[in-house]
Amino acid sequence: MKISYYPGCTLKTKARNLEDAAVASMAALGVDFQELERWNCCGAVHSLADDDLIHHVAPVRDLVRAMDQGSDKVVTLCSMCYNTLARANLLMRQDEVKRKTINDFMSEEKDYHGEVEVLHFLNFLRDHVGFDKVRERVKVPLNGLKVATYYGCTLVRPGNVAIEPPADRKLMAEFLEAIWASPVDFADATTCCGSYQVLANPDAALDVAARILESATRAGAEAVVLSCPLCEYSLARKQDELLQKNKISKDVPVFYFTQLLAAALGLGSEACRFDLSPRCSVELLKSKNYPIDAAVVGV
Amino acid sequence: MSHHDSKSASPMQVATGDRAILPEGARTIPIYVMGKRYEVPETLTIMKAMEYAGFKFLRGAGCRGGICGACPTVYRKEGDYKLYFGLACQTVVEPNMYLAQIPFYPANRAKYDIEAISPVAETVHALYPELFRCVACNNCTKACPMGVEVLDYISAIKQGDLARAAHLSFDCIQCGMCASRCMGELPQYHVAQLVRRIYGKYIQPRAAHLEKRVVEIESGKYDAMLDALQKMSHEELEKLYKEREREPDMAPPGTWMPEDTQYL
Repeated sequence: MKISYYPGCTLKTKARNLEDAAVASMAALGVDFQELERWNCCGAVHSLADDDLIHHVAPVRDLVRAMDQGSDKVVTLCSMCYNTLARANLLMRQDEVKRKTINDFMSEEKDYHGEVEVLHFLNFLRDHVGFDKVRERVKVPLNGLKVATYYGCTLVRPGNVAIEPPADRKLMAEFLEAIWASPVDFADATTCCGSYQVLANPDAALDVAARILESATRAGAEAVVLSCPLCEYSLARKQDELLQKNKISKDVPVFYFTQLLAAALGLGSEACRFDLSPRCSVELLKSKNYPIDAAVVGV
Repeated sequence: MSHHDSKSASPMQVATGDRAILPEGARTIPIYVMGKRYEVPETLTIMKAMEYAGFKFLRGAGCRGGICGACPTVYRKEGDYKLYFGLACQTVVEPNMYLAQIPFYPANRAKYDIEAISPVAETVHALYPELFRCVACNNCTKACPMGVEVLDYISAIKQGDLARAAHLSFDCIQCGMCASRCMGELPQYHVAQLVRRIYGKYIQPRAAHLEKRVVEIESGKYDAMLDALQKMSHEELEKLYKEREREPDMAPPGTWMPEDTQYL
């Protein structure tokens, strides 16, 4: 066994007493205590625990842009962007020290203190448009289409940026009711879609996607609605592979919540973009006689 | 004994313009080139000041007109932690400026066949996957001597908007200072060049009048005129040049026509 002793900068300067006592003790105990050659700073100057500040620069810069442009709210559709912007915003509102560090680093921008509010589109619909108004404007009611409300991770975790209290799971349901669809809650509504394992551990990602889709189907859903492109990749675009590998028994229609909103408002295929949805999603809507362009086939 | 103090020096005696010849009584200021102090005339550009101080540019100097990108300088000012960037041929020296030339900066450049390339953002993403190491720190923009919004064009490329990226990066002179300051090790200027090539070849609308002119040239419409010019003596050419028809400088666009229209 060879032990390298790593002293660190402070022990060579302000904490000689810490080091000298230890080195002498080891000698007294007969322990071979060799100082590591060519050592450098351990990195504690940039604390491992929470110096992730550089990763906050991108979202904070976006929020500064919004402030500069006179906005007091930023609305996002993508769950992941919502999560990132909301967390960065919370940090800028709550952590005075980190706020100063980031503002100092971004000295070419105006100082930011969380002036802008970050909202997910679902919250914006509920609180600033109103589900009642949405309901009034519906031209094509989705007549009880049974839709599983899939939240995934980033709409509800961590709790301090969740779009609603995580245990509630009401917001997506209220949205679907406003367009006359029937929301289906299911056991895996907040199970991670596996996107972070897509490259490192693709089989695990497929397994969890299959579990979510089967769980939604078992709960009686005809389709799954979601708001995150990573979830859409895992749950919709990987379905061919899931079927090939017999991980799911039948394909499951998947929509972005905005597509169902546009369809219910009677908007055409240029708005709904069902051409970019899985073919089974298009077939489901056609089988229900919803007015979608006959030429739309899905992917 | 001479008395060239500040009171007696006439304003006419200070150095004016970017000339390395020092008129009598010209004021000089100290600058530090790679850490060594030199006294140089206060009105010179960094490039002329360095030549005045005895440096000779074999490389790292090109057009001397602020467009070739060969002479980027990184400098600091006394008592200021910030780094500044400029072109040596365009930036006037300041007292106690600390500077160094960075004529070249190594950066990854992808190989591609512009004729065979698919003109979409995914092509750029595949050739330069390091694009996604950007953390939006904005050091690239701060380092650009041309004032290009580098972060914004990198963001546009990541967002798939090649046209916007091409326009935003149009003033890039390929000096590489953006890459020199990038913590994600992106070769911004090479990526932007690829994007402008794709934009120019595949996306930008074609100019119909240019295509018409190319057809005319290829059909030999101008051959006789060029042959005639080549056969002319120096005197004949000079006379032709002096007597040429010329659009008045301030003529409103589209209002002037030459009398001789045979080559239009």
